[in-house]
Amino acid sequence: MASKNDPFQFQEFDDDGSLLGANRDAVTISIDNDVIPERQKKPAGLYHVDEDEDFSGDDKTELLSGQRQNAPFWTFEYYQKFFDIETHHVKERIIGSLLPWPGKNFIQVYLRKNPDLYGPIWICITLVFAIAISGNLFNFLVHLGRPDYKYTPEFRKVSIAATAIFSYAWLVPLGLWGFLLWRSRKTLNLVSYSFMEILCVYGYSLSIYIPVVILWILPFEWLRWCSILVALCLSGSVLVITFLPAVRDDHPRVIVATMTTVVVLNLLLAVGCKAYFFSKSVEPDHSPAAAVVSVIKTTIST
Amino acid sequence: MAEEEASRPFAGLSDVSIPEDIPVEGDISVPMGANKRDDEYSTLDEPVKETILRDLRAVGNKFIHVLYPKRSSALLRDWDLWGPLLLCVTLALLLQGGAADSDDQGGPQFAEVFVVIWFGSIIITLNSKLLGGTISFFQSLCVLGYCILPLTVAMIVCRIVLVGGSGTVSFVVRLLVVTASFGWSTFASTAFLADSQPSNRKALVVYPVFLFYFIISWIILTFSPSH
Repeated sequence: MASKNDPFQFQEFDDDGSLLGANRDAVTISIDNDVIPERQKKPAGLYHVDEDEDFSGDDKTELLSGQRQNAPFWTFEYYQKFFDIETHHVKERIIGSLLPWPGKNFIQVYLRKNPDLYGPIWICITLVFAIAISGNLFNFLVHLGRPDYKYTPEFRKVSIAATAIFSYAWLVPLGLWGFLLWRSRKTLNLVSYSFMEILCVYGYSLSIYIPVVILWILPFEWLRWCSILVALCLSGSVLVITFLPAVRDDHPRVIVATMTTVVVLNLLLAVGCKAYFFSKSVEPDHSPAAAVVSVIKTTIST
Repeated sequence: MAEEEASRPFAGLSDVSIPEDIPVEGDISVPMGANKRDDEYSTLDEPVKETILRDLRAVGNKFIHVLYPKRSSALLRDWDLWGPLLLCVTLALLLQGGAADSDDQGGPQFAEVFVVIWFGSIIITLNSKLLGGTISFFQSLCVLGYCILPLTVAMIVCRIVLVGGSGTVSFVVRLLVVTASFGWSTFASTAFLADSQPSNRKALVVYPVFLFYFIISWIILTFSPSH
C-alpha cells in the first residue's frame, strides 16, 4: 500500500504562475521565448497597460507567432509572416491610431510582437489616391463657373503624391530606427523597437489623414486649418507616446530634439500636401464684369 | 516437379486474351487493337481557323460568366490572359484622345493605364497570396482582368454620351453608368475571389479589389474629350 510520502508516487506540481508568484525575480526557461517574458513583465509592473479585454483572445496568435521560422528575406515565406493578421486586428489598430491615450503605447498594446505590412501598404496607397482625387475635385470646384476653365484629370499628380507619401512613410522610419539603434548603444535602454514595428506605427499613424484630406474638398479655409491641427495633434501624439519610452533614459536635449523632429516632419508632410494639391491659384478673371469691378476698386483706392 | 509448380500459378492464364475495347493508358499499344490512333489528328494538323476560334470561344465563354456571375469555377479552372489583355488595350485606347491643351495636366497616357491595371492586379494578387489565399497567381490575374469588362462597356457608353455633349445631364448619366458598372465589377470579382480566403480575412482581400476598381472608375468618369 503506497503511503503519502512514497517517493515513487507521482506528484502534481503547480503551474508556472503560482511558482513565479512566490519568487518574483525567478526566470523560467521555456521554448516559446516570445510568450513567457511578456507575462513576466506584467507582475513586474514595467508597463501599465490595460490588456485585460484583448489578452485572452490573442493567446493563440501569440503562441503561433512565437514559433515563426526565420526564412531568408528573399523568399516569399519571409513576407508571409507580416500578413499574419485578421480583419478585427486591422480595425483595432486603425482605431488605436485615431484615438491615442497617454500610457497606451501603440506598439505595446496593439502590435504585440506582431507587426504587419498590410496596414502601412494599403493605408499609404489609399492616402495617395485620396489626395490626388480630392485635390482634383477641389480644383474643379474652385474654378467652377469660370468660362475659360477646362477640366483636366491631372493624373500626373498621382505620382507626385505617391513619392511624397511613400518616402515619408518608409524613409523616416528607417532613419528613426537607425538613430534609436545608435543611441541605444550609448545608453542602456530597456525598450527597443524593431524596424518593422516602427514602420507599422508610421503607417497606421497616417490613417487619420484620409478623412481629413477628403474634408479639404469643402471650400472653407478655416475648416482646412482646423482639421490639420486636429489631425496633427492626434497623429503626433500617437508617435510621441510610442517613441517617448525609447528615448526616456537619454540626455534631455536628445529627447526634445527627437520628439520635435518627429512632430515637425509630420507637420511638414501635412502642410506640404495642402499647399501643393489644394492651393487656390486665383487666375485673373477674363469676363468683362470682373474687369469693371477691378477698375472700380483701383479708382476707389487711389 | 519444380517445373510443374512453377507453371501452375500461370496455368489459369493460358486462355485469357485482351479484349479490344479496354482503354489502355500511355503508350502501350494493344497488338490486335484498333488502329484508332491514325484517325485522330493532333492540334497541329487542324485548320488555323479552328485554333483561333477555340480560343475566342473560351474568351467569349468567360465574358458571359463575368456578365452573369454565379459561383462557378469555370473562370478559375481554365485561366487565360487573352481576355484581360484585350480589355486592357481596348480601355487604354478608348481613354486616348482626351488630353487637354497641354500634355502636362491631362489624362492618363496609354502606358499609364496599362501600368495601373497590370501593376494593380499583380499587387492585389500578391496581397491575396500573402494573406494565405488558395488561389494561384495567374488565376487571380485572370479573374481581376476579366472583371474589367463592365467598366470597358461603361467607357464605350460614356464616349457615346460625350458625343452628344458634355453638360450636366451627360455628366449625371455618365456617373450613373460608371457607378453601376463599378458595383458590377466589384461584385463579380469578389464572387470568384472571396471563396479562396478564410472568413476572418475576407474584408482584407476585398478592400484592395474595391480600391482598384474605384480608381479605374474614377479614370473613366473624369475622361473629358478635347474639342
